[in-house]
Amino acid sequence: MAMTMTGEVQLPASREVVWAKLNDADVLKACIPGCEELNKLSDTEMTAVATTKIGPVKARFKGKVHLTDLNPPNGYKISGEGDGGVAGFAKGGATVALTDKDGGTLLTYNVEAQIGGKLAQLGQRLVNGAAKKIADDFFKNFAANVAAA
Amino acid sequence: MSATGIGAAVRRKEDFRFITGKGQYTDDVVRPGETRAVFVRSPHARARIKSIDASAAKTMSGVVAVLTGAELANDKIGNLICGWMIHSKDGSPMKMAPHPALAAGTVNHVGDAVAVVIGETLAAARDGAEKVKVDYELLPAVTDPAKAKSGPQIHELAPKNTIYEWSLGDAKAVDAAFAAAKHVTKLDIVNNRLVPNAIEPRAALAEYDAGTDQLTLWNTTQNPHVSRLVIAAFVGMAPEHKLRVIAPDVGGGFGSKIFIYPEEVVCLWASRKVQRPVKWVAERTESFVTDAHGRDHVTHAELALDEHGKILALRAKTIANLGAYMSTFSSSVPTYLYGTLLSGQYDIPQIYCEVDAVYTNTVPVDAYRGAGRPEATFVVERLVEVAARQLGLEPAEIRKRNFIKSFPHQTPVIMAYDAGDYNASLKKALELADVKGFNKRRRDAARNGKLRGLGFSTYIEACGIAPSQAVGSLGAGVGLWESAEVRVNPTGSVEVLTGCHAHGQGHETTFAQLVSERLGIPFENVSIVHGDTDKVQFGMGTYGSRSGAVGMSAIVKALDKVEAKAKKVAAFMLEAAEGDIEFKDGKFTVAGTDKSAAWGDVALNAYIAHKFTGAELEPGLKETSFYDPTNFTFPAGCHICEVEVDTDTGKTEVVNWTAVDDFGTVINPMIVEGQVHGGIAQGVGQALLEGAIYDKDGQLITGSLMDYTMPRAHDLPSFHIGLTETKSPSNPLGIKGCGEAGAIAAPAAVINAITDAIGTENLAMPATANAVWTALQGAKPRQAA
Repeated sequence: MAMTMTGEVQLPASREVVWAKLNDADVLKACIPGCEELNKLSDTEMTAVATTKIGPVKARFKGKVHLTDLNPPNGYKISGEGDGGVAGFAKGGATVALTDKDGGTLLTYNVEAQIGGKLAQLGQRLVNGAAKKIADDFFKNFAANVAAA
Repeated sequence: MSATGIGAAVRRKEDFRFITGKGQYTDDVVRPGETRAVFVRSPHARARIKSIDASAAKTMSGVVAVLTGAELANDKIGNLICGWMIHSKDGSPMKMAPHPALAAGTVNHVGDAVAVVIGETLAAARDGAEKVKVDYELLPAVTDPAKAKSGPQIHELAPKNTIYEWSLGDAKAVDAAFAAAKHVTKLDIVNNRLVPNAIEPRAALAEYDAGTDQLTLWNTTQNPHVSRLVIAAFVGMAPEHKLRVIAPDVGGGFGSKIFIYPEEVVCLWASRKVQRPVKWVAERTESFVTDAHGRDHVTHAELALDEHGKILALRAKTIANLGAYMSTFSSSVPTYLYGTLLSGQYDIPQIYCEVDAVYTNTVPVDAYRGAGRPEATFVVERLVEVAARQLGLEPAEIRKRNFIKSFPHQTPVIMAYDAGDYNASLKKALELADVKGFNKRRRDAARNGKLRGLGFSTYIEACGIAPSQAVGSLGAGVGLWESAEVRVNPTGSVEVLTGCHAHGQGHETTFAQLVSERLGIPFENVSIVHGDTDKVQFGMGTYGSRSGAVGMSAIVKALDKVEAKAKKVAAFMLEAAEGDIEFKDGKFTVAGTDKSAAWGDVALNAYIAHKFTGAELEPGLKETSFYDPTNFTFPAGCHICEVEVDTDTGKTEVVNWTAVDDFGTVINPMIVEGQVHGGIAQGVGQALLEGAIYDKDGQLITGSLMDYTMPRAHDLPSFHIGLTETKSPSNPLGIKGCGEAGAIAAPAAVINAITDAIGTENLAMPATANAVWTALQGAKPRQAA
């Protein structure tokens, strides 16, 4: 089943700083909730392992992350697909755009994702809320990381 | 009528063990050295399997084996089959795609089995399943039956995903009748897809005995002998005499446990491979994506009438979704169990029905309580009700004008109704439902801001399936007779072995009532044995409300033979001519004398054989019968549903329910009433609450009891139940069958009632609060008269 989500977050740093952080695997790993591993294969490819709980289904996803449409320092598209084994799968992407605002940077994101298998079967009513929570947590962590820079 | 004979509301023998937790279900059977199976299932609706990596799983402690479709194919285990051949109108046979028990190369629905992990424990098997890596290449999917023909082709042998394009009736005659008609009523109907949800999930336990090369399968099946036959003859698992199938206590079926599923095949195969017993028990989430679903029709239907509301012709064009593979009897449901019932209770001169059955990337669809007949009844009863509204006729009046009044009646769609009195059940229902007082109740409701509606459903069904020759001519791969063996013990107690199978119906009670009545012996002295291919020689199982009409008739025939033999024994005992022996109330009497012998003495003498020589009479008292009915049976009745709709929320409350049914002879009125209650609950569930929904990617988003709403006690009123009786002339007891009536009648009654309340016909099932509220916007509620 498909889901979409949009949002924006104001970050207290320049676009260049935010852009660098968005391309830093260590930063992403620290900010993605439940992320256990994030290994950079190249500038645009990473492998990831993350654990997520949606309603009654807890899944450990292993997958690949790709960065495309790179437009430094204005944005990119980050997409990936993860295999959660018997829990099902998740795949999707987010278009991230950076603009100058109020002396900092406004990050807007537009997420499209698909889930399937047991995750969709059991978690579909909860998945939008869970995804929102994951996004909120990510950007909270990311904002803190950017502010600390 | 005796206290335990035919017609007595005897409490069910089986309930003591069921309500005290002493039932013996498949999962309760534990064999030494038993292992557990967990299936790795596809999370995708359609995909090519690029690779399966089981190496990590195989080395885990507690994992006994990991098996895949490639190994299944190597071992030459055959595909699952659909056992009813349907031909398209162009004469071509249906397109039955291969259905391996474990996917071979591609998966075609979410839940399709890809591999099985056999573990020392359930936990070990689950952990192992987590480690099996399947690499999929995703392929586009189609789930909506209306879009199946233009969707991606699922099976190589079925272009446009079309299984068959079937028709029944005379299209030209129907067209002519429509052309001449004064009035035509048209409806577009979706019969919503349902998930059966028996209380006991499916389970299988297989054991291989290398010493005797014998396989035993304990299985949640409604028809163990058919299961054995298919698994032996088509799947090729083992010769029939080397396979024993036991269906112990089974907790509900509703059709979903008729079919032969991949899991029991895999358990049998795996038990021979690992040389240990293998058990699988479905989790509820697994049931949702593997048990055959029900209904899922998209139909356009039209009714032609004259200016007096007399029906001239009916035509329907239906697309039936059969899912990703053809389940065991799936082909028959939208054809010979659907099109043949489109005459309803009405004298309709011409009927034409076209059905296109299609593949989609969804769970297979097959028979579910009523199977085709609920879909037919919904079409007919919605058309008639809407026609009445359009013509300004009362719903009872249009029905009376069109009822069949003389029998036998040959419909234009194969069925020959043998007996019925449709006016009688309508009349009784009108009284029980206090239809005369409805307008006052409607006004009262309006004062409380509620819309009240009344909906009728005068349904008919064809049960007691069926004469073997008839179903054979329509494509069935099996005969549909039933067997019974009556074993009289030397002490006079009786064991009846039946080919029917009980999974909630109460056969241990009703069948014993028949024997008690017939032999005049205590009800407690009768045991009913079923569900084991080593005990019962052969049988066709239980579905389609057939066990009373067919199964009990077989017992009657065997009892006839027992009585005849016992009379011979009594004649020797009483030193009288066989023709002078009379049998009544458990006693053999020489006519016109006071010489008699009790049942028990005759039974004992049959076995000790002291009164006759072997040349005169064979010892023993055991007889067998195979009974093949002469026709289907035709239960029919009238259900009237009264609802109140809250205009602010759209919430519908069923406030009154009246059911008057003609089931022919009733063996146990309490059990019959229970069947009616359960059927209505399932029918109301379909109409108001239940609906299996796939998203466009093929994910089942109503895949748990959190999202798929089953009817609960508070969704239902107390029912007003009545019976009328015309005996079926097609079996010796005059039984018609009662198991499906409620589920067949109810959906149309509910939707007719809600649409009566809200004043628009544009309402699909399930009529949830949201659906009714949406329909209400822009509708003109009917004013209180």
